Amino acid sequence: MPGVTRIERAALVFVRAHGPIDRDRLVGSVLTDPLLHDATWERSAVVEGGRVVETVLHAGVTDPVAQAVTRGARLIGMESAFDVATGTRFEVYGTVDDDDLDRLIARLLANPVVEHAAIGCIEPYDTGGDADGDADGDVTPVPLAGLAPADLAALSVSRGLALDPAELLVVQAHFASLGRPPTDVELEMLAQTWSEHCAHKTFRARLSWADGTPITPLLEQLRNATDTIAAPWVVSAFVDNAGIVAFDDAVELAIKAETHNHPSAVEPFGGANTGVGGVLRDVLGVSARPIAVTDVLCFGPPDTDPATLPAGVLHPRRIRDGVIAGVADYGNKLGVPTVAGAIAYEHGYTANPLVFCGCVGVLPVGGHRCEPQAGDRVIVIGGRTGRDGIRGATFSSMTMDATTGEVAGASVQIGDPIVEKGTLDVVLAARDAGLYHAITDCGAGGLSSAVGEMAAVLGADVQLDLVPRKYPGLAPWETWLSEAQERMVLAVAPDQTTALRAVCARYEVELSDIGAFTGDGRLVVRAGGRVAAELDVTFLHDGRPTRELVAAHPVAPVPHGERTVTDAGATLLALLGHVNLRSNQDVVTGYDHEVLGGTVVRPYGGAADDGPADAAVIVPVGAVSDRAAAIGIGVNTRYGALDAERMAWSVVDEAIRNVVAVGADPDRIALLDNFSWGDPRRPETLGQLVAAVEGCCAAAIAHRAPYVSGKDSLNNEYMGNDGQRHAIPPTLVIHALGVVPDRLRTCTSDAKTPGDIVLLVGRTLDELRGSHLDVVLGVDAGGAVPGPDRQAPARYRRLHAAIAAGLVRAAHDLAEGGLAVAAAEMAIGGRLGLALAADGDPVVTLFSESNGRLLVEVAPEQAEEFVELMDGDALRLGTVTDDPTLRIIVRDVTIDVPVATLVQRWAGHVPGLQP
Amino acid sequence: MSGVPAVVLAAPGTNRDGDVAGALDLAGASTRIVTLAELRDDPKLLDAARLVVVAGGFSFADALGSGKLFALELAEILGEGVASLLAAGRPVLGICNGFQTLVRLGVLPGTSDAPAVLAPNAQGRFECRWVTLAPAPGRCVWTTGLAGTVTCPVAHGEGRFHADAGVVAALEADGQVALRYAHDDGRVADGAYPANPNGSAADIAGICDPTGLVLGLMPHPENHVHTWQHPRWRRGDARGNALDLFRNGVRHAATS
Repeated sequence: MPGVTRIERAALVFVRAHGPIDRDRLVGSVLTDPLLHDATWERSAVVEGGRVVETVLHAGVTDPVAQAVTRGARLIGMESAFDVATGTRFEVYGTVDDDDLDRLIARLLANPVVEHAAIGCIEPYDTGGDADGDADGDVTPVPLAGLAPADLAALSVSRGLALDPAELLVVQAHFASLGRPPTDVELEMLAQTWSEHCAHKTFRARLSWADGTPITPLLEQLRNATDTIAAPWVVSAFVDNAGIVAFDDAVELAIKAETHNHPSAVEPFGGANTGVGGVLRDVLGVSARPIAVTDVLCFGPPDTDPATLPAGVLHPRRIRDGVIAGVADYGNKLGVPTVAGAIAYEHGYTANPLVFCGCVGVLPVGGHRCEPQAGDRVIVIGGRTGRDGIRGATFSSMTMDATTGEVAGASVQIGDPIVEKGTLDVVLAARDAGLYHAITDCGAGGLSSAVGEMAAVLGADVQLDLVPRKYPGLAPWETWLSEAQERMVLAVAPDQTTALRAVCARYEVELSDIGAFTGDGRLVVRAGGRVAAELDVTFLHDGRPTRELVAAHPVAPVPHGERTVTDAGATLLALLGHVNLRSNQDVVTGYDHEVLGGTVVRPYGGAADDGPADAAVIVPVGAVSDRAAAIGIGVNTRYGALDAERMAWSVVDEAIRNVVAVGADPDRIALLDNFSWGDPRRPETLGQLVAAVEGCCAAAIAHRAPYVSGKDSLNNEYMGNDGQRHAIPPTLVIHALGVVPDRLRTCTSDAKTPGDIVLLVGRTLDELRGSHLDVVLGVDAGGAVPGPDRQAPARYRRLHAAIAAGLVRAAHDLAEGGLAVAAAEMAIGGRLGLALAADGDPVVTLFSESNGRLLVEVAPEQAEEFVELMDGDALRLGTVTDDPTLRIIVRDVTIDVPVATLVQRWAGHVPGLQP
Repeated sequence: MSGVPAVVLAAPGTNRDGDVAGALDLAGASTRIVTLAELRDDPKLLDAARLVVVAGGFSFADALGSGKLFALELAEILGEGVASLLAAGRPVLGICNGFQTLVRLGVLPGTSDAPAVLAPNAQGRFECRWVTLAPAPGRCVWTTGLAGTVTCPVAHGEGRFHADAGVVAALEADGQVALRYAHDDGRVADGAYPANPNGSAADIAGICDPTGLVLGLMPHPENHVHTWQHPRWRRGDARGNALDLFRNGVRHAATS
């Protein structure tokens, strides 16, 4: 905005005291630090030479500063009651009119989802919408009798139910048989429980190809793969909030990953923030202590022209910066290291960013209990319930459009990691003291889903008036459905509640006892003295009609352009500097990857702490052995649209390869699948999904690496104001969780010692379709997407034996950019040169992305033993050199680049990416 | 356990309490974590402790400034007892958020008219990276006698030590500067980023009070007490294990 010369920012704190206060003491002792801040009670709506914009958070949005002001005022002896609101004041200097300010507000200064803005001075307490009155709302019946399918479809839209007419017809029939209409509480609860997000309708659907050939349901395929592998160390797969695997004699590991795509699109910070918070609670929901966080992020290109953005879509840079800050904020404040991840930029993610958040946890062997007993109390601990996050499960199951940000505002939450930390401490202490019979987190669907799941066998009777709320005025269905963060539900024997209250007091965590598990198989929800919902739990959980969907075989797009490399060195530098391949260290240093003291291999390491790691290695809190846990990620955003089955195989192979490279035992690797896809009701999109699931299963069985949990996020589409649907690239993220037998026998990717031998394991094929070579050349020159390597499972086992024997000084997987990029990264990590030579087609040899390959550094005197151990599957390419230059010769093509140049391109500033 | 009794104080949002308890136990202490709520119920919980640590994290989400509310809470709970933290002659350690808290309490630097503050990092963001610390000769019981540099991570957004030039000079003259940010080879960073990771005045990473018993520092020595925690141990560089710092404190607690 050319008229703006500078913008000054100040924090606003509004205090409305209901009695006398000492303003000077409040400022001096609580609000400011005299060495750092100036403070004033006066503000003006106009400033000399500029304009004023003020923002303030909506009431009910999590506001730790406001809470801190209240607590601080009490601590310095101010007895008066307070209302506190916080905001930000911007003084915009230069020549700007109201239109400019409105654009600045919309693009930069405020997000209407969580705050409101005004030109001039803002009125903080009139935040609208929340307190409809002091009395809580009522229960309302929703008549369904006589409604035709079209009317039911209209009802689904108007209430945001995201149910098909076929599903609503079943609901209609059920209540007709009861002789009464459903209440709004019942209908909303059914919509959440039956949502794609909670019920995985597509993964459970009856599928067929267009010619009628049946397809095994997708979830069944994934479970079958796990059953076929029959790994004895899988403790729990697919049944709980997170998968559980054995680790050592003392502890087990839990793992889960979730997506938080739609919330991150409209409120990036809050969406990603609560994405991390949610997956941490999934792991806590199997009684495990979170020990590592992962994040895989997909955004539109940072250099996207703002003028090309569809209406209502935030700029990719703003989404990215908010998401990254949100991830960092939650993990850092909770005290869990963020240790692995990836960032991908593609046009297809511009309107629909993807945020995958993963979490690994640790629990004592057999430490998870999940059997509520009849008579147990229904206990809610943690945060209070507000109107935040209403209908999140159905929101995330719908296609977004230009109005999504407005209508879904209430679906987005801001997290409070400090409350979650206390909740975590309470759960772990209660677990160790045996104070609960069952536990689950309040995630999508809120209490409705958490209590509904726990009461799936016994039934329950709960009283909504006992649920602590942030503010009055919530309708019963809102209380029941709210996805307010940081809450867990426990089933606690009546004689244990006192002990649990004492634990909560120790950590300053709120507890409420809202009812009982009854044993009569009915779920009864009461509000204001009347029954708000009375559902048969069998109907709630099993009454949904199975969806039927037809798939069409995917067709790859027509290739274009020619794959011509004229200067291999320049091509390598272009790859290293590409936004998808370059160093993300400037992001990663914003994450605490050291807290808990268990980090053995961190995201970046080597001579200058800036070489990329293939996977993270963590020593779990409480482990009694020398073992460690390796966490690796596979993701490829280019292959899916070209060949979804090969994409899936490649991604599984990559995740496994990454953990093997750092020292994990290939016979102790568990997998996690996360699919983010478009609308599966379109046959081609479903066909891609089917192909990907088949690739996933085949690869897992070949590697004997079972799935222990998974999640799908479908309908990642955006209805543009051009009337076109924009779907994301088919995206599969695989997490691999491996056991490293000895924490002192781990490997990193940085070249270690001049004179060492560098070898390539695995075979290179002409598999350049979807490669990043094509990306930097600006072509899609056809050929094959990297396919299955049937020898890879045996190769990884031999390589592991070599690593476990201490023969491997460095190992680095080959992925995007192929051999050339992997060799460059080893050189960067070690600040040493490599002198390599190979035979074969130069472009294929240097840049193909064939699966199953790694570069390995071995001491010269151990090279023979290594090659023998690899059964000959190791090709000597050259040596590590003192001369800090990367030299690779393939026939008549030579790459010869100083390591300093590699570092500059890989880690240097990229346009559009703020340091 | 029969180690030296130690207490680690934790507020809501403290998150490295377990890390430092583990390091203390490794150094010969028998450590109990005490939450603010427990302390409020029974301020005498501190009486048996021969050593006290205020642990790192994000107490109260750092709202209103890091350590602000933690310090207000301790001031209210302990009242005049804040002085008794020290009166027993026991070593006290504040790490990261604990350092910020001790500064807000006025325990550090501990000279009545010499305010200091841990301001937002010069680069304006939270950063986690490994740093090298050079012990400065002085009066601090925790760092005196350390053989060489200490290597450990920082993880903070508000760690820039800031005070008037005269205050900094006085701290240096009185031997209250205990640890400085340094290059790998032990040379003081002289303000160079990232060796000095936050722009701290005079490369100050940690200071002690005039008695030398109370040390506050921004970096996390509790996260480098095992060789395998060092990022470069596979390259033959595992310098700067911080366990000796905890041993110094525990030894002093045992003999005081």
